[in-house]
Amino acid sequence: MNLTLRIWRQHGPEDKGRMVTYPVQDVSPDMSFLEMLDVLNERLILDGEEPVAFDHDCREGICGMCSLMINGEAHGPQRGTTACQLHMRQFSDGDTIDIEPWRARAFPVVKDLVVNRNAFDQIIAAGGYVTAPTGSAPEAHSVPVPKADADAAFESAACIGCGACVAACPNGSGMLFTAAKITQLSLLPQGQPERYTRVIGMVDAHDEAGFGGCTNIGECAAACPKGIPLNTIGRLNRDYLKATAKRAGS
Amino acid sequence: MDLYREGDPIADTRAPDGPIETRWERHRFEMKLVNPANRRKMTVIVVGTGLAGGSAAATLAEQGYQVRSYCYQDSPRRAHSIAAQGGINAAKNYRNDGDSVHRLFYDTVKGGDFRSRESNVHRLAEVSVNIIDQCVAQGVPFAREYGGLLDTRSFGGAQVQRTFYARGQTGQQLLLGAYQALERQIGLGNVEMNARHEMLELVIVDGRARGIVVRDMVTGEISTEMADAVVLATGGYGNVFYLSTNAKGCNVTASWRAHRKGAYFANPCYTQIHPTCIPVSGDHQSKLTLMSESLRNDGRVWVPKAKGDQRSPREIPEDERDYYLERIYPSFGNLVPRDIASRAAKNVCDSGRGVGPTGLGVYLDFADAINRLGRKAIEAKYGNLFEMYERITGEDPYEVPMRIYPAVHYTMGGLWVDYDLQSSIPGLFVIGEANFSDHGANRLGASALMQGLADGYFVLPNTLANYLASSGPLDKVDASHPEAVAARTDVEDRIKRLLAINGDRTVDSFHRELGQIMWEHCGMERSEAGLRKAIDEIRALREQFWQRVRVPGDGEGLNQSLEKAGRVADFFELAELMCIDALHREESCGGHFRAEHQTPDGEAQRDDDRFAYVAAWEYTGTGEPVLHKEDLTFEYVHPTQRSYK
Amino acid sequence: MAVTGIILVLFLIAHMLGNLKIFTGETSFDHYAHWLRDIGTPLLPTTWFLWIQRTVLTVAVLGHIGAATLLAMRSRAARPVRYAHRRKIHVNYAARTMRWGGVIILLFVIYHILDLTTGHLNPKGDPANPYGNVVADFAPERWYVTLFYTLALVTLGFHLRHGAFSAFRSLGQQTPKGERRARIAALVFAVALVGGYLLVPFAVITGLVS
Repeated sequence: MNLTLRIWRQHGPEDKGRMVTYPVQDVSPDMSFLEMLDVLNERLILDGEEPVAFDHDCREGICGMCSLMINGEAHGPQRGTTACQLHMRQFSDGDTIDIEPWRARAFPVVKDLVVNRNAFDQIIAAGGYVTAPTGSAPEAHSVPVPKADADAAFESAACIGCGACVAACPNGSGMLFTAAKITQLSLLPQGQPERYTRVIGMVDAHDEAGFGGCTNIGECAAACPKGIPLNTIGRLNRDYLKATAKRAGS
Repeated sequence: MDLYREGDPIADTRAPDGPIETRWERHRFEMKLVNPANRRKMTVIVVGTGLAGGSAAATLAEQGYQVRSYCYQDSPRRAHSIAAQGGINAAKNYRNDGDSVHRLFYDTVKGGDFRSRESNVHRLAEVSVNIIDQCVAQGVPFAREYGGLLDTRSFGGAQVQRTFYARGQTGQQLLLGAYQALERQIGLGNVEMNARHEMLELVIVDGRARGIVVRDMVTGEISTEMADAVVLATGGYGNVFYLSTNAKGCNVTASWRAHRKGAYFANPCYTQIHPTCIPVSGDHQSKLTLMSESLRNDGRVWVPKAKGDQRSPREIPEDERDYYLERIYPSFGNLVPRDIASRAAKNVCDSGRGVGPTGLGVYLDFADAINRLGRKAIEAKYGNLFEMYERITGEDPYEVPMRIYPAVHYTMGGLWVDYDLQSSIPGLFVIGEANFSDHGANRLGASALMQGLADGYFVLPNTLANYLASSGPLDKVDASHPEAVAARTDVEDRIKRLLAINGDRTVDSFHRELGQIMWEHCGMERSEAGLRKAIDEIRALREQFWQRVRVPGDGEGLNQSLEKAGRVADFFELAELMCIDALHREESCGGHFRAEHQTPDGEAQRDDDRFAYVAAWEYTGTGEPVLHKEDLTFEYVHPTQRSYK
Repeated sequence: MAVTGIILVLFLIAHMLGNLKIFTGETSFDHYAHWLRDIGTPLLPTTWFLWIQRTVLTVAVLGHIGAATLLAMRSRAARPVRYAHRRKIHVNYAARTMRWGGVIILLFVIYHILDLTTGHLNPKGDPANPYGNVVADFAPERWYVTLFYTLALVTLGFHLRHGAFSAFRSLGQQTPKGERRARIAALVFAVALVGGYLLVPFAVITGLVS
């Protein structure tokens, strides 16, 4: 099939950037979206143009590196699917496809479609862990975890940190990402000792990074390729309220 | 032979002796320690943030060293360990099914086709139990039973249920555990994290590894970072085949640069071909996707009995199907080790009975399991894998059998290290898939995660301390040292050279062609004629590369073509060494199958008399590498012909 | 946001229940309307309570608007460069129209006060006879007033639906089952409140109340 791509091109952080139109021919429906971009880039290189920079790595939907806004949807039209696993059979001959980077102050554009998501690492560094220095662990079976809790923790732990939640949120909020980690760790017994310091630290880091506030709209959960549920944010809020109350009380 | 020279044999001088159960314990006691007050003054560079690198960086920082960590991804959380699906082995024996440290040790040595070191493997089996404890303490959400205890399953040819898992995303969950420990240390200021940085050269001062040259992939800036020791945790080199299950960015450059500076490269020809991957769909293919081996627990592998049978799989009656693994290997059936399952798939496809549009595929059928256990149970076990399959192929595996084909997945070879995980360059340590150490000629399923974390959490932090304590205070050196300046100049010149060619072919076109040569001649089955042809072709293509490649843009700022060009240039050199190694190893073992060396019924034929050694290759710069042999002795697990019949 | 919202919601409930007194007849309704001015007497002088209440409401409204403005400004700052391709909307309309809905409701409230509190925009505008004012306001020939009221109240309904759900969330509702319940409760509440309000104009326009 033949397509028209309109791609955001931006030489570097200081460049203003613009949408540029590229026709692509003979796209196979079995190609992945990124393979379609590979084909375009091969042609651009041979034509003496700069290829389009885009982030990608594992190409199997787990590393969270790919980050494309495709026709106004984070990771494109297929639910529960990262851009790297999106296949061209989801599109039709003659389509025009707009491709943009994630847009958020906390995710500045590096080049073309590549953004800097270091803010997510900072949120984790502010408390998204269990303090368990190597060697200090007790025998694994000393603390049983109810299966339901373990399964629910896993559901939140499945977050790949791609940032689609931020890209899709009308407020540019990173609350779903933050809440996913908080939910995972607050459901497990291992996460209890740091439960309340964690939530304060992570939410503060989230706000400092320049993400917007959450107004419970739910676009994040709809865009999430791993199906992190919106109610994780309720858990974050509850822990945050309790933590604030504890802090005020102490 | 004309392709290499044989040098002096080498030995693992750090390997302890005595009863195997006590070796690691005694060695740990005999190693020197670094005073906590002195650790603050020591800097360690860790390149790579996967299971090995991430866990090592976090642990070293916890112990008080100044750690500088580097990764090419935009975040340490994205290293390719994250894609491991199946699980992690540990000799916990929670099932009371006869497992033990000794059995895990035994299975791993045997699974590696008697080409690994007993001492290393035993240590791996010993610390496997600590890994599970550590990960649980970090909040890794392993699968659990209703009683709240950890669930385990049997995996990839093991007859005990020793594999711990977190649905089909075990690697992700373990990596995030290590990543979070690392982020904690970053937050505390003990680790300086440098994401989107690529190591392009190793700096050696007075015979010791003292630093690296890195390129900031965002600004293009080249800088030299010095330290007291350098740890490479840079993964495997499967991308030399272009198509593999590795992430697109996985590369051999860090290892290869170290090799060029004197680190021996061991057993490069040992590559693992994973039997259950989604088949290639066309020329545009950029990578291959693995479907977890755990699928073989419930799926049955078959092809039509008749050649060229074009019927849809559901129309082929039971008696016209060949469940060839169950037929040839009745006692292990669909659970034979990876190398055997892969080669069997190749054989049936070569005989014209492959399925799918390319004829390069076999069925993995869940109809029986769905009938027996119900669709719900299958969904709970494999739901995410089935969804992934459907997204990629557009076919519903609940209705139609999956089509699978082998793909390059893991590389057992890597930089040579001693028992302390130190390479042949003092101060250069290599951990995880990047080293060659524990898997011999074939890695068992769910053992990669085990080895990466064993090295990073429990082995390296001890052995590195011993090195730092034994070497005494090293001279302070900075980036102005002549060796550092020279290394940096080399890097800059190489980048300039790549950018200046401005030819008429893209980097990817070369990489793809190199991959085809390797897959054809150095893939699942190798032969002398094929390997010789491959070496000629690789040399010719490499020459073309340096004349005709076009790298657009400049060295300033983000330039993904430039990154790829540097990596492919190194893959060319590695590819040649792989073929030489494969050619010199005139036997079949594990992931290395030589057509000339097979039993009458087509199984791998080892030659323990001539080849029970590690082939450690030294770079000479003349195109004629020097082979150093490290003899392997087996005191506890006596080499036998592997038989899974 | 949640605190000011809850104050306003409590007022809306009381206001709606008071409105329904119109079905008890002219005398009773007018008596109720006048009583509103006398609440708190003799402890407080006449209309003092009313002014206290008005002050609280004004503060709540300003607080609500202030918080909304801060959030909106933060959202704007969080995405300095907009998407060229409009983002596709996946979730309910209510959640996406809080801001513009809020502005419409504010304009409506201003009109509503000028209409039925001060009487400036009311065709009758007799402070002694609120019942008559209401009947005159929603007379069938003034259908456009009823239409405007209806649209404004439906907007309010959307606002309340997401507002109520969001308040549950902000206060820590966290289970999937609880989420379903919270969504249903928010919907029922919004429909009941809007329905209660709409009964009055529709009763007048259909002649049930005259």
